[in-house]
Amino acid sequence: MLKASDRIFINLYGIHDWRLKGAEARGDWDKTKALIAKGKDWIIQEITASGLRGRGGAGFPTGRKWGFMPPDDGKTPRYLVVNADESEPGTCKDRDILRFEPHKLIEGALIAAVAIGAHVGYVYVRGEFYTEANHLEEAIAEAYKAGLLGKNAAKSGWDFDLYVHRGAGAYICGEETALLESLEGRKGMPRLKPPFPAIVGLYGCPTIVNNVETLAVVPTILRRGASWFGGIGTSNNAGTKIYCLSGHVNTPCNVEEAMGIPLKELIEKYGSGVRGGWDNLLAVIPGGSSVPLIPKDVCEKVLMDFTSLAEVKSGLGTGGIIVMDKSTDIVRAIARLSKFYMHESCGQCTPCREGTGWIWRMLSRLADGIGSPKDIDVLEEVTYEIEGHTICALGDAAAWPVQGLIRHFRPELERRLKINRIA
Amino acid sequence: MTAFKFSKENEERVKEILTHYPPDRKASAILPLFELAQRQCGGWLPKEALEAITEMLEVSLIRGYEVATFYTMFNLKPMGKYHLQICGTTPCMLRGSEDLKGVCQRHLGIENKETTKDGLFTLTEVECIGACTNAPVVQINDDYFEDLDEKSFLKILEDLKADRPVKPGSAIGRQGSAPERRRANAKGK
Amino acid sequence: MPKLVIDDKEIEVLEGMTVLQAAAEAGVEIPVFCYHPKLSIAGNCRMCLVEVKNTPKPVASCAMPVCEGMVVHTNSAMVEKARKGVLEFLLINHPLDCPICDQGGECDLQDITMAYGRSSSRFDLNKRAVPDKEFGPLIETAMNRCIQCTRCVRFSSEIVGIPELGAMGRGEDMEIGTYVQKTITSELSGNLIDICPVGALTSKPYSFKGRSWELSHTPSIDVFDAVGSAIRVDTRGREVMRILPRQNDEVNETWISDKTRFAYDGLKYQRLDQPYARGEDGLLHPVGWKEAFSLIADRLQHVPGNHIATLAGDMVDAEAMVALKDLMTSLGSPHIDCRQEGSSVGVGPRCSYLFNTTIAGIEQADFCLLIDTNPRWEAPLINARIRKNYLFNNLPVASIGPVYPLGYPVKDLGNDPQILEKILKGKHPICSALKAARKPMLILGQGGLKRPDGDVILRLTQEIADKYGFVQKAWNGFNVLQTAASRVAGLDLGFVPGPKGYGTQKILEAAKKKKIEVVYLLAADEIDVNSLESTFVIYQGHHGDRGATVADVILPGCAYTEKEGTYVNTEGRVQRTLKATPPPGEAKEDWKIIKALSDKLGLSLPYVTPKEIQARLVEVNPLFDEVDRIQPSSWKPFGREGNVNPAPFEFAIQNFYMTDSISRHSRTMAKCVQQILGQEKVHA
Repeated sequence: MLKASDRIFINLYGIHDWRLKGAEARGDWDKTKALIAKGKDWIIQEITASGLRGRGGAGFPTGRKWGFMPPDDGKTPRYLVVNADESEPGTCKDRDILRFEPHKLIEGALIAAVAIGAHVGYVYVRGEFYTEANHLEEAIAEAYKAGLLGKNAAKSGWDFDLYVHRGAGAYICGEETALLESLEGRKGMPRLKPPFPAIVGLYGCPTIVNNVETLAVVPTILRRGASWFGGIGTSNNAGTKIYCLSGHVNTPCNVEEAMGIPLKELIEKYGSGVRGGWDNLLAVIPGGSSVPLIPKDVCEKVLMDFTSLAEVKSGLGTGGIIVMDKSTDIVRAIARLSKFYMHESCGQCTPCREGTGWIWRMLSRLADGIGSPKDIDVLEEVTYEIEGHTICALGDAAAWPVQGLIRHFRPELERRLKINRIA
Repeated sequence: MTAFKFSKENEERVKEILTHYPPDRKASAILPLFELAQRQCGGWLPKEALEAITEMLEVSLIRGYEVATFYTMFNLKPMGKYHLQICGTTPCMLRGSEDLKGVCQRHLGIENKETTKDGLFTLTEVECIGACTNAPVVQINDDYFEDLDEKSFLKILEDLKADRPVKPGSAIGRQGSAPERRRANAKGK
Repeated sequence: MPKLVIDDKEIEVLEGMTVLQAAAEAGVEIPVFCYHPKLSIAGNCRMCLVEVKNTPKPVASCAMPVCEGMVVHTNSAMVEKARKGVLEFLLINHPLDCPICDQGGECDLQDITMAYGRSSSRFDLNKRAVPDKEFGPLIETAMNRCIQCTRCVRFSSEIVGIPELGAMGRGEDMEIGTYVQKTITSELSGNLIDICPVGALTSKPYSFKGRSWELSHTPSIDVFDAVGSAIRVDTRGREVMRILPRQNDEVNETWISDKTRFAYDGLKYQRLDQPYARGEDGLLHPVGWKEAFSLIADRLQHVPGNHIATLAGDMVDAEAMVALKDLMTSLGSPHIDCRQEGSSVGVGPRCSYLFNTTIAGIEQADFCLLIDTNPRWEAPLINARIRKNYLFNNLPVASIGPVYPLGYPVKDLGNDPQILEKILKGKHPICSALKAARKPMLILGQGGLKRPDGDVILRLTQEIADKYGFVQKAWNGFNVLQTAASRVAGLDLGFVPGPKGYGTQKILEAAKKKKIEVVYLLAADEIDVNSLESTFVIYQGHHGDRGATVADVILPGCAYTEKEGTYVNTEGRVQRTLKATPPPGEAKEDWKIIKALSDKLGLSLPYVTPKEIQARLVEVNPLFDEVDRIQPSSWKPFGREGNVNPAPFEFAIQNFYMTDSISRHSRTMAKCVQQILGQEKVHA
């Protein structure tokens, strides 16, 4: 269990003052100037050494990402973009950072900007987070007033402007290139890669896109040292992580814990257990809706980190844990996710545009017990026809939950088909 | 319909928003300006506003129209005074969002995407709005109402109907996304 | 140059090429829908997925740049699975109404499905229904068939430059459309039909008229403007069913204008299908060829040569012009002119009336000055080239004259011809840009040249060109934009007044005063025919248009689809049309009519076969031997010193859709005038 003193997001629940004064009291903005003075190479090196992996779902090592920026030619602008388009079902961690710990994000953004050589940053906040974006805007205004942003930010000698840009309702804008398209004033349709944003990003300039949580932990890592952060968690899965426990637990909540904490411990300790007791557990989606579910027997032992969950053919994703007890209609629960992906598909590329709707309709029909066992095979094949064939990862995200369902609950699907129905 | 113009106050806001982006990248301001216009027009984006904003940002009409139809938060027709956005995605569904839809059907007589005759409520089933640990959630205009059940949701609707103030946030008094203390303690004992 | 292996074939290609292009070089076919060589890469259809060694997922070959040592497989199990999957997805919501679809038989989706698809569908749900759109008089929509490849959207924003099409909504509900049911206004809109890989966008005039396999194809040249676009005339029996572009990257790339494509129905109406003569009753009566010739011969007998005049129209082929010129010489008439709008320019060196930069050369310019021209209407394909240079190189364009949206930013210098004098004196703000340009070009429109001071403007423009380095050793940035398909050939043949001869204006004035007694109109309709009321008018042409109304004898000729004819485009490019259908009734090829008439008059012209008349062309001007090539013309002084009239410029064309005897009789063009130009007025 994470020691209280190792917790980064002390105000995760908003018990304390989220404004600058409160943030400073919790240690934010402490000697930021000195951290920056150590230079961009030191920052990137330290973040690389800490083992921090992106908290937005893909888990790419943050230090390495920053290292992809091309050398500064002194002419082309460089941008930092903060991905606060948190929309992955089961995930609501960035929301708490935006509304209760905004200064951690702002400070992290400044440091990252120095590391990648950006003088301008945008925080792309999903449009629905109206209050959250207001908090962030207020915090940014405070930071400007206190000289922590703008010219010679935090007296570091680095100029950095940070703006809030509000989205308008599109899950796909959480995909980094779709986010950039949206930020440029177009539909949020993912770009073809290569080139990657570090080379051709916002307005065609080198750009780094980082998740809110990723940036918000950066100042603390630098202050307490890479080895401190690296010392928490499991091998190749360093540090702390905010988990979101939703669904059928007794006390749904967000909680910051060590990477690699056993799923069962997380549920028992913070969720006060599965509704109706552990044995009432049916399955868990451990990393936001895009990862395949794992059944109860897997949940017994699995650790909450990238490596362990990949081993059980699922993923840590965003750390959004959706718990389902035995009262759940598992087919409908997954079908509802399929509807989500159909609704959120941008429509750009064929497999996702056409396939997500097909999946949802087939799965809904199977949920009603209509069809034949062959339909289950067709459904499964269709998911594999989407997976890996699309421009962005939304196609994969739509395919995996259904593959997980068929992998673990095929008998349940077949059982429904056997019921003799009149209508 | 008369031509759309931003109010004096919003005009200042527009100027400020435009400073966020490079001068040759004005198109970036399209989402914020659509949002601002939608607020000014009472919750929806009329054709005239779209045309005025695309012209202001030197974006072609068709690109503006694409943007307006792509993002779900832009309403292209008039909405009820209160836009009830019930999150229907799985985490909320697991905790009873279907029941909340039922409340709207029974007590307001509206289905998804319908508006009450008095123009007070429009119901939309939305996809995950990112407050899953406080499910089920309904966003009413800008505010999140969390940890709802049929009773607490109905109370909110009644209060809105009667023009009584309603308090956003958790209906069961939770602090943010913290575990509900009463239940956590009970479990501990 | 990177080397890579595609399906075991080793190939070396240019740096920066895509895998798809490299495969084409290696002779490996990769199926595509959204990819189009003239459009930006969208990568959205996913049909072109291939396997690249050491890459876990298949990659879109249209968007993937090649790199050294790449090993590509286009027929592995991974690729086959991807292709089958993509095709299955495209077809689940595609209506499979091929039997009633106009695209049937020439449909990419049909062809690719046959080659790479599954044999049957596993989709047993209801298909999506998408409302059809109203795009105006030219394009029929069947949006259920749309596969969202967005080629049309990219065409409208990239090639045309005035974005009118978009993809609204998202996900499976994404629909192609215009802004709130707006009609498409582009003069290039017909190309949307060609680039649509399925039957979602088809030709409205051709709708349900025929099947592609019933048609005969004849390669030919367009004559509705002076661009000389390469076209294919599709016919069934004696009828022109439709006109499509052929690729000619030097001229029209793969596009044609809507007039080129859709005015063909004008070929069916108001045709002159037999000779006519005006009787005692003042009405035209059908007569035989013999009688018609006799009437002409009788009338000419008593008329001295210098009382005879002739005017050639804008769509006339060189053969007819050279024959008529020869006949007039034999008759002793110096009054001949091919400039029916009354311009006095075109008698100088060849460079004074050509588009010297060439159409493809536009892409190299780094500055463009438009002088009284609306290239969007006068030559849509030239406008598309300027747009292309803007799209890729941000070409700065400035304009003197009226303003019209062209699809790229144009700096409006004002509508005052005297600006030219200021520029020449170096006293205009634009001068610094002209000086700085390394390959500047200017385009002089016909509007300015047909003014009485047209030759003064011409001289002034030449002086500007000289002063600012428009003409260099390997670069000629001086361009006259012709609008008539026949004009350059006419000027090359010297179809202009001889010594003491009259030009168009004077001919018409002299005709009023009865000093000209006989006028031979070779399909010349763009003149004030009222001047000819008391003149004996011989009208030779294909339509009962303006000229025919005042004719005393009508000789029915051929339209451009009905004859082999030589045309020289505005660049000076010699090209030939081919005969796609026979002419109606008793109509004959134009030069043969003149030849026959010469026999009747006892002035037998010395050519009988097409070879012989073509040899005559070469005899008059050796340039006619250079078919499909452009001869650079030497730079010599032209024009006239004088003062420019300060009256504002006017465009040469006031109505794009109706410029000649064919398009004026096209019902499709009439609808365009009503629905497209009508709408533009409303929006303006």
